Amino acid sequence: MSAVTQAPAAATADARKAGDWLLIATAILLCAWVLLPIYLLIVNALSSPDEVTAFPKHFFPSFDLGSLSFFINFAGVARALWNSVLVATLTMILAIGFGAPAGYALSRFDFPGKESFRFLVLMTRAFPLPLLALPLAVMFIRTGLDDTAIGLALVHTTLALPFAVLITFSLFSGIPVELEEAAWTLGCTRWHAFRKVVLPLALPGIAASAVFAFTISWNEVFAAAVLTIENRTLTAFLLQSLGESPLYLKFAGGAALVVPALIFIFAVRKYLFAMWGIANR
Amino acid sequence: MAEIAIKGVAKRFGGFTALHQVDLTIADQEFMVLLGASGCGKTTLLRIVAGLETPSQGEVWIGGRRVDHLPPRERGIAMVFQNYAVFPHLTVFENIAFGLRMKKLPQADVERRVTRTAELMHIEQLLKRYSGQLSGGQRQRVAVARALAMEPDVILMDEPLSNLDALLRLEMRAELKGVLAASKTTTIYVTHDQVEAMSLADRIAVMHQGRIVQAASPVEVYRNPAARFVGSFIGNPPMNFIPATKAANGDWTVAGLTLPGPKSDKQRIEFAIRPEDVDAGSEGLHATVRVIEPLGPHTLVTCDVEGGLFRAILDSSASVQVGDRLRLAPKPDRIRWFDPETTNAL
Repeated sequence: MSAVTQAPAAATADARKAGDWLLIATAILLCAWVLLPIYLLIVNALSSPDEVTAFPKHFFPSFDLGSLSFFINFAGVARALWNSVLVATLTMILAIGFGAPAGYALSRFDFPGKESFRFLVLMTRAFPLPLLALPLAVMFIRTGLDDTAIGLALVHTTLALPFAVLITFSLFSGIPVELEEAAWTLGCTRWHAFRKVVLPLALPGIAASAVFAFTISWNEVFAAAVLTIENRTLTAFLLQSLGESPLYLKFAGGAALVVPALIFIFAVRKYLFAMWGIANR
Repeated sequence: MAEIAIKGVAKRFGGFTALHQVDLTIADQEFMVLLGASGCGKTTLLRIVAGLETPSQGEVWIGGRRVDHLPPRERGIAMVFQNYAVFPHLTVFENIAFGLRMKKLPQADVERRVTRTAELMHIEQLLKRYSGQLSGGQRQRVAVARALAMEPDVILMDEPLSNLDALLRLEMRAELKGVLAASKTTTIYVTHDQVEAMSLADRIAVMHQGRIVQAASPVEVYRNPAARFVGSFIGNPPMNFIPATKAANGDWTVAGLTLPGPKSDKQRIEFAIRPEDVDAGSEGLHATVRVIEPLGPHTLVTCDVEGGLFRAILDSSASVQVGDRLRLAPKPDRIRWFDPETTNAL
């Protein structure tokens, strides 16, 4: 009797073990997929120009800061970096400032044309930027917005806004309306209830969508290249200047682009995880 | 003093009428239960009193003050929600203190009132926890404590026990009754559970399709249903109904039996009796036994009477078998009559 029951038990144990190995293997594969390019980028950025083209590679870089310091001191890089940060921050503020209220309205109010509004928000992504770039450039020159951080941030905001609206919409929808109603019956105005109950619960998700807006702007190159001349962002600057540069400088430039984004996400990582037991649905 | 008066309140959602011209007065410190099946408008009515829903027409008065244009925070109410609505980002202490802090009470008063209500609801050992660390029953206690801490004139409860398991529900029910009676607030309590309604209420308002069919004491609602719906909704098993035809003025023929009843011009009315109000004997309604369900203290017998189902609760010592022909004699003082057109009691 016991032998009969043990056999299936052993089989399920085997299956579970195999499942565990599959899980671990998949995890390693995915990690390698993400980490290997970053690793190579950083290793090459921290190697001396000779080592970049040499083979075989050392596992640890030589920590030769030659290429990086050359890149940093390259005329205009510091300025481009500052422009990138400025534009991305402005984009983040604008995208959340407009997107979060729209997301809240979509999740809490019924109004005529709600579905079409949601659809139109997505539709804004349907127009390819290259198509809009020329008319935009002309309009920006007329209004004096060309070559300014705020002008570029406005364009980046239109790119980031649909995501901000839809992410915050699902975020607010995940917070039960009864929590707000309970707050109203306990003496809150709508604004108080939002600030004291909804906002603390939504903050992790709002931070996540802010980071997303930031990275959309940080990585965007086309509009940046077309709409700025003097005040280039880092991406546009790299596109312009590094095309003809030696390989080690490209690696240094790439690292300068990737590392800040990594650090920024790392800094807000705790907001990206579910807090207080509610997930960022 | 907080008498609640609901005057001609109606609510329409688009083309759907959730409430038709509801009038209801709830006395100060009364425990009123709104009872009805889902979709009957009971929660809508409660939310209109709370201010979470605006009536399409009509007035709501609380404590002699018209409140239907006021936001919830200015109505002197506290509400307990079906899913508890305990704030997940605050500790139990801060949850209970939430309304008091909005009132800007001094810290000492807040602490005193939180501690007192927490003791009342037996959750004083949970004050530092978050909602995620509590069981459903504990969350319910927090929600009630949070409402009580406000020391409101009126407490509104929307199916507060329906998410709890049966045993816990029984325990909380008794506790709620005691706590709310001691707090001297006026209470409106919404439920679809008739046992809960019976055990808690001073008065039950039975609702059906957006109307209040009857508002009376639990015993009155049970014994003297004002309409056929009340008799068929309340009681488990519900009332039995048999068509009656006119025999003479004031006498009615019910399944071959002639019984004295109301004087009426109508040719056909309905006879009604509760299952426990019949005696098996040598005379009465002719019944053929279909199903026998022993319940311990009683035996529930489902029979055929005049081609319709008829349920009788007999003593469990009665030896009946499927197929038996019984005579069931209705207790004369427990017989009720209904008008089949208006469905009202005669």
